[in-house]
Amino acid sequence: MRYLPLTPDDRGEMLARIGVKDIDALFADVPNDKLLAKAPDLPRHKSEIEVERALGRLAVKNIAASSVPFFVGAGAYKHHIPATVDHLIQRSEFLTSYTPYQPEIAQGTLQYLFEFQTQVAALTGMDVANASMYDGSTGASEAVLMAHRVTKRRKALISGNLHPHYRETIETVSRFADDEVVVSTARGNDLAAQIDNTVSCVVVQNPDVFGEVRDLTALAEKVHAAGALLIVVVTEAISFGLVKPPGEMGADIVVAEGQSIGVPLQFGGPYVGLFATRTKFLRQMPGRLAGETVDAEGKRGFVLTLSTREQHIRREKATSNICTNSGLCVLAFTIHMTLLGQTGLNRLARVNHANAIALADALGMVPGVKVLNDTYFNEFTIRVPGDGADVVEKLADMGILGGVPASRLYPGNADMKDLIIVASTEVNTDDDRAAYAAALKEVL
Amino acid sequence: MLNRQGRPSASGDAGAVDHPTFTGNRALQVEEALIFEIGRHEVTGVDIDEPKDFKSKLGALERTGDIGLPGLSEPETMRHFVRLSQKNYGIDTGLFPLGSCTMKHNPRLNEKMARLPGIGDIHPLQPLSTVPGAIELIGELGRWLCELTGMPAVAMTPKAGAHGELCGMMAIKAAIEARGEKRSIVLVPESAHGTNPATAALIGYQVVSVPAREDGTVDPEEVKKRLSPDVAAIMLTNPNTCGLFERDVVAIADAVHAAGAFFYADGANFNAIVGKVRPGDLGVDAMHINLHKTFSTPHGGGGPGAGPVVLSKALAPFAPVPFVVVEDGNARLVENTSDAGDAQPLGRMCAFHGQMGMYIRAMSYMLSHGTDGMRQASEDAVLNANYIRASLTDLMSLPFGNRACMHEALFDDTWLDGTGVTTLDFAKAMIDEGYHPMTMYFPLVVHGAMLIEPTESESKASLDLFIAALRDLALSAKRGETDRFSGAPYHAPRRRLDETRAARSPILKWTPPKPVQEAAE
Repeated sequence: MRYLPLTPDDRGEMLARIGVKDIDALFADVPNDKLLAKAPDLPRHKSEIEVERALGRLAVKNIAASSVPFFVGAGAYKHHIPATVDHLIQRSEFLTSYTPYQPEIAQGTLQYLFEFQTQVAALTGMDVANASMYDGSTGASEAVLMAHRVTKRRKALISGNLHPHYRETIETVSRFADDEVVVSTARGNDLAAQIDNTVSCVVVQNPDVFGEVRDLTALAEKVHAAGALLIVVVTEAISFGLVKPPGEMGADIVVAEGQSIGVPLQFGGPYVGLFATRTKFLRQMPGRLAGETVDAEGKRGFVLTLSTREQHIRREKATSNICTNSGLCVLAFTIHMTLLGQTGLNRLARVNHANAIALADALGMVPGVKVLNDTYFNEFTIRVPGDGADVVEKLADMGILGGVPASRLYPGNADMKDLIIVASTEVNTDDDRAAYAAALKEVL
Repeated sequence: MLNRQGRPSASGDAGAVDHPTFTGNRALQVEEALIFEIGRHEVTGVDIDEPKDFKSKLGALERTGDIGLPGLSEPETMRHFVRLSQKNYGIDTGLFPLGSCTMKHNPRLNEKMARLPGIGDIHPLQPLSTVPGAIELIGELGRWLCELTGMPAVAMTPKAGAHGELCGMMAIKAAIEARGEKRSIVLVPESAHGTNPATAALIGYQVVSVPAREDGTVDPEEVKKRLSPDVAAIMLTNPNTCGLFERDVVAIADAVHAAGAFFYADGANFNAIVGKVRPGDLGVDAMHINLHKTFSTPHGGGGPGAGPVVLSKALAPFAPVPFVVVEDGNARLVENTSDAGDAQPLGRMCAFHGQMGMYIRAMSYMLSHGTDGMRQASEDAVLNANYIRASLTDLMSLPFGNRACMHEALFDDTWLDGTGVTTLDFAKAMIDEGYHPMTMYFPLVVHGAMLIEPTESESKASLDLFIAALRDLALSAKRGETDRFSGAPYHAPRRRLDETRAARSPILKWTPPKPVQEAAE
């Protein structure tokens, strides 16, 4: 057992020092009839070779995004990650460190958290950001709870164009917290009409789940006039490089999925939630915060701060029960963002946008296919003749991963049956687009 | 000071002559500026071609103006982050005895497995027909977790321990509602992790605390006194945060069940009993498992974690979507409540299917250890903790007497009385000795608590050196050598940091310095 350093002799000597005759003497508080006589019925230890073989066999059953023309988005995006990012996050001192409770020997973590907070505030156009949430969807549910704390109201109004998984995550937590969630019709524009002074917050996504980009300024004014908060969700962080940020449209809380910047797809997690707000709401914010201070010699240093909001001090009065963050994913984000800089981010965003336009043009030429969006960033929705899920399945059989059928996100919704949400990023080539258009033509 | 051979080494006098340097650097210890201070707006470390004939389909919603994010070239980025890493302590740096946090060896095989293209590079919403291996993996990990805990079902999606607590407590609330009842109270021992009361409060429960008895464990009589038809659940950590096994756990479970309430177990310390005791056999209804703690996935400066929750038969129907069902050896993903059949999912905890990247690491670790290795790991973790307890008990004080502990040894600060040294000072002096301090001031029920968890990763030699270092520090404190403590750490990248100042006037992001002219006004 290669991970266990003690030898049988060591164990004997240690038991002698402790003054017990065998290991079970140390488990004496366990009721005797509950102590297992032997190990549970599972396989015995395996060598590295055997583990690689076993897990490798599972892995090859899956089709990796990089191995095919790939256009799947809807909340997670296939982007290129520079080799430097993965190398650096595997530095032992980052990978194997804990939450920075001892700041004197955790300045590496604390400084990148501070850099991350600065990057997120700048990207979203907000005043302050926390040191991350688990992901965008759980961040969104925390934002709704925060709006309830700020406004002392318990009703959230949610756009039907918010990613349904985000909506369901908010609904679950809110329902158990005895809060109310009202969902405004999908693809409708009647959100503003439902705002009144019982609403704590309005949650919208931009670009929305169908890819449409909207100006939220007028909505923000209506929300604020009713004394509520505007929560803006962004699932594609690369869009910050080209789309007017939520902070410039009047958002009070911005929640985003940061996976696009530095974090691999990984079948849905771990990802990293970005969370930013206005300074006046700082003390109602959930999650960890890194702050600047000085040490005993007056040198600049960083610590975790404002922890009186947190559960290890406030217990049942904490702003949230979130304890750890997505530290390592934060690091990946911060490194990738540092490599990009605003110049690189903007260029990357424009390449994404240009590729999406080229794809929309190509797919729009396929007989029977209609691109539904007026505006979009790197994702848009097409209507196909017939069942979108069938079409996506047939495309997969031809080796093209062609998008997400809207019916997968909105099950049972007849209006969505013929819609496919299609994403295109910098990894797509002219050949990929041509292959997609040709395959689509063939399966329709 | 003692060296590796246990002999005194040359003078470790902290007051060595100081030679200030021009840069503020000290050889390998480099002062590293923020990226915002060394980057430039026009620099990028990624080669991306300008798109040809760029046109916009953004309406009039293009971002204009400066974002305020400088870039660094690739070599500058590399150097910046490597230098930052050198200011961090990790388990690969040395012993990391953070009680309740469980810092054990992170095998690199796990990292290699997580990066297989068929694992790391698959999208949660690509057609299910293209990811059968991923679904199989989730099913298989779930089976292992059920087998190890003696529980019939598992909810895989929670993204961290605290998220798992939320899931488990929501399942309990859902089950109580499903039988047409409403209960408003959750019992939580005073020694519990802060996440427990925070979780209960988050979903609308009133928290009633249960005191510990003299020996540091929960008295079933105290639980019974607080039980009523209004109690929904008890949240109990076992082994508890004092490092002790709750020896009356079965009586507590029975009393809770007799009152129609549920038993939520905080699985943070499951690593002490894997392969030795099954929570299901103790009467547990729900327990989250911190995969990162128990089955070793990297903590990465505070996450990502993963918090699957095992569930009893009564709670199983309420597991959130999505979940994997295994029938006749075939794994199938149920994504929506409408497809859940007889089950009554409590809803969805997060977008997508949970922490796949952590599942694979945990599975890699579990396969490597096997059932025999996991049992041995628990025994070694407990042995190591007791070895530390037994080796320090003549110098340091134990709050609950000198009795066997589980995987962590808990000391209090009574032994420091009159020395002028506090728990915090002692911890900071450990930094100078090259160790990460133990968990301090937790559990809250013990004054000046010092919770030491060596884990199974440490060899006897490593423990002996650690013990020798702690003994030297303890004797030094008792001799009244307060300078060694009050000014510590002397040798860390930073001396003691002013946390009060950080909280009083928070600076949470970098802002450009004011131009000289403006600053003068």
